[in-house]
Amino acid sequence: MQWETVIGLEIHAQLATRSKIFSGSATTYGAPPNTQADAIDLGLPGVLPVLNAEAVRMAVCLGLAIQADIAPRCVFARKNYFYPDLPKGYQISQYEQPIVSNGRLEIEWDEGQRKTIGITRAHLEEDAGKSLHEDFHGLTGIDLNRAGTPLLEIVSEPDLRSAREAIAYMKQLHQLVRYLGISDGNMQEGSFRCDANVSVRPSGQTRFGTRTEIKNLNSFRFVEQAIDFEVERQISVLESGGSIIQETRLFDPARGETRSMRGKEEAHDYRYFPDPDLLPVVLDAAFIEAVRERLPELPDIRRQRFISEHGLSPADATQLTAQRAWADYYETVIQSLDARAAKLIANWMLGELAALLNRCDLEISASPISSEQLAGLLRRLQDGTLSGNLAKEVFEALSHSDDDADSIIEQRGLQQVSDTAAIEQALDAILAAHPEQVEQYRAGKTKVKGFFVGQVMKAFKGKANPQTINALLDRKLSP
Amino acid sequence: MLNYSIRQLGQALRHREFSASELTEALLQRIEQFNPALNAFISITPEQAREQASTADARLAANTGGPLTGIPLAHKDLFCTAGVRTTCGSRMLADFIAPYDAAIAERCQADGMVLLGKTNMDEFAMGSSNENSFFGAVRNPWDRQCVPGGSSGGSAAAVAARLVPVATGTDTGGSIRQPAAFTGVTGLKPTYGRVSRWGMVAFASSLDQGGMLARSAEDCALVLQAIAGFDARDSTSAQHAVPDYSATLDDDLHGLTIGLPKEYFSTGLDSDIEQRIQEAIDEYRKLGADFREISLPSSALAIPAYYVVAPAEASSNLARYDGVRYGYRCEHPRDLLDMYTRSRGEGFGTEVKRRIMIGTYALSAGYFDAYYLKAQQIRRLIREDFQNAFQEVDVILGPTTPTTAFALDTQTDDPVTMYLNDIYTVAVNLAGLPALSHPVGFVAQRPVGLQLIGNYFNEGRLLNSAHRYQQVTDWHQHLPPGCADSVHQ
Repeated sequence: MQWETVIGLEIHAQLATRSKIFSGSATTYGAPPNTQADAIDLGLPGVLPVLNAEAVRMAVCLGLAIQADIAPRCVFARKNYFYPDLPKGYQISQYEQPIVSNGRLEIEWDEGQRKTIGITRAHLEEDAGKSLHEDFHGLTGIDLNRAGTPLLEIVSEPDLRSAREAIAYMKQLHQLVRYLGISDGNMQEGSFRCDANVSVRPSGQTRFGTRTEIKNLNSFRFVEQAIDFEVERQISVLESGGSIIQETRLFDPARGETRSMRGKEEAHDYRYFPDPDLLPVVLDAAFIEAVRERLPELPDIRRQRFISEHGLSPADATQLTAQRAWADYYETVIQSLDARAAKLIANWMLGELAALLNRCDLEISASPISSEQLAGLLRRLQDGTLSGNLAKEVFEALSHSDDDADSIIEQRGLQQVSDTAAIEQALDAILAAHPEQVEQYRAGKTKVKGFFVGQVMKAFKGKANPQTINALLDRKLSP
Repeated sequence: MLNYSIRQLGQALRHREFSASELTEALLQRIEQFNPALNAFISITPEQAREQASTADARLAANTGGPLTGIPLAHKDLFCTAGVRTTCGSRMLADFIAPYDAAIAERCQADGMVLLGKTNMDEFAMGSSNENSFFGAVRNPWDRQCVPGGSSGGSAAAVAARLVPVATGTDTGGSIRQPAAFTGVTGLKPTYGRVSRWGMVAFASSLDQGGMLARSAEDCALVLQAIAGFDARDSTSAQHAVPDYSATLDDDLHGLTIGLPKEYFSTGLDSDIEQRIQEAIDEYRKLGADFREISLPSSALAIPAYYVVAPAEASSNLARYDGVRYGYRCEHPRDLLDMYTRSRGEGFGTEVKRRIMIGTYALSAGYFDAYYLKAQQIRRLIREDFQNAFQEVDVILGPTTPTTAFALDTQTDDPVTMYLNDIYTVAVNLAGLPALSHPVGFVAQRPVGLQLIGNYFNEGRLLNSAHRYQQVTDWHQHLPPGCADSVHQ
């Protein structure tokens, strides 16, 4: 039988606010346990939450970017359950009236396969703390630094039909939240994590199969592995005459398997109700418009512009817009050159610069070579001052220096010699000194040309313009 | 001096008739004398009191004090006070010391008031008799075999016995007004949002409001002035200008229209109490007020709606007491579930557990619509009732309670009868309105309270009305038997 996979993703993006969603504590990752938890985060008696306006702005940003409805009035609700790292015994979340609903995101995978994925809703909520089971000799340690960190939970429609689509969607969303500057998207630190709802059904059937939910997947690879495993598992259960139990499953990265965590009958009754400590959030049109005006250009639109205005290849444009910081860097460089330099800039950024950053393990935001420095270098490459090899030498020098390319060229005397008369003079002398090689060349041994180029370069300490040498040689040696 | 108003005490302090330290010592001595019998205090804080009194004296000497500088007070033991334990009348928090002050405590201290201690209360403010306290029942100073009402029973008893001129309270369904009525003192529950809830331990967040119990409306006005106003730490706190409450105390009552809801004068009201209320109505009429019968048709729904909303919110608010971070933790927990169930089972008293169960049920899947949502609909109806009434009248008047103080141990086994104590008071909380109870006489030597309900943020008119009444009556000046001795100073 042919089976169709149906997937919906719930993605938790940690919002990049400086303070927590309901308290003034910092959200910096990696601080010593419980040093970033105040009375509110600890859920002490008598404390009250106050909503962080920046978290609301960020949620609206995402809503606008996915062409969703922004609720003019949204409500925070309490999700009640007991857990040691949930200090209040409830999580403040949104339930019936989320801030964002009914959005969509276009995804692309497998060269040009495009599809629009519906986004049911995105709601604001607070994160819980962490339970630490190691180092406590059978006890559990609680770190509440993360408690109260703002999250945006983004829930897709069950529109995804394969793990590859799911990954494409997740990557697209990952790129988007980073573009918007609303999340750092750091998956190792848990800033971007995913629950996957997975079911299968016979091809052609419209009714959904019974789904399972796989919790807390924090890498693209794990999402893919978990979904692939789960699809295979469900198909083999169904094909052997069994039925799928609606349940929550955990992915074990070490074994590449999912296993049951709790069934439907053990599902919590969260007893949601509107949080009486927080007023409904009312957003007027002026606020939403102000957020819209400050939205950055979105990656897809930017990519199209790079192709149509600068003539970049789709592949280069895709790579350069994958991260906002790369696209911003590229745009600064091209602004001080011109559109004809687009391909040159792309080659250098995706080649030399990417290799340098990779070697130093740096983000482009911390690049040792600034966009201004690279622009200065490429200007000299474009106008023939530098040869490709010399440019690489200047690039290397720039990576250790705050000087601009011109100063480096000046200091090191790296200007390329394109003076035809000077080169011709040197070439004539070399040809006169090597009559044997001239004969060989004329007899058809054209490889000897390299020898003459080398000799001229030697005379100019490598700085002679190779194109000029070649042109002169062709003229002088032609029969 | 026992019947000095706060204004008179303030004048005496500023005129150096006595110092804040002397006043503090005198009252600490009265507390020492009377508290063992009354059990009005959970914690007495003489050291802090002496320190604050001497700070107040310095301010008074430098003429930088205000009307409340050097005035002693007590806080209901659910207002967090940095360095002094805040128990909420519960074993759960018997040793809990907050690292911060409640907004109310902050403001009182900033004005130079002197904290004498923390008053007894029904556990987590759940009760109408102050018998639900881990620290034991409070006795009514008027009759020590009777309850003082609850949940602010310790505050009420302390003020009635003249152990302190004013004590803070909280009112979720009548917890300031009912004990004020039972002990013959004046209690004000301000408009929801008028006074910050920061640092006030939550029972039912959408109903809880901090206020005060004092001997007179005039005293309440001075303290309300200190504690009212917006607080950015409480999202439900109102950005509404705070008027000068003392400036309007003496306003004429001619032109004041008072509504008498027929539902508040029907079955269940003790006829002697009704008599006292009628006498008070006559006094108000003599002062110039007009009366009009009104109807609050949804009144009968208030108690059932309240006993869904309040427990529902409480079930969630009290979930944080889990034995993990602070508060009571059971001995030798076997595992997490055992720690939760025994810590909460042993840490909470019966009434608290009953309400957590009711609230959990009301919010459960399948019951939410029938209980919680229905209660919210009733809440809207009740609010509309009042809004309609305030189209016609300025203030609504009725009894505070259907009976006077009842004997200890007579209602503890019958929660429904106990809940009916709040029959006239809960609607006010559901609507978020301000209301005040003041004494209007006695039935069988037990005080009777009259309730005035105002429109939103109209505390000024309530205080003005009650003050004018107290200018021509002396019910608020009566001392409970046995409390007059040992007058120092």
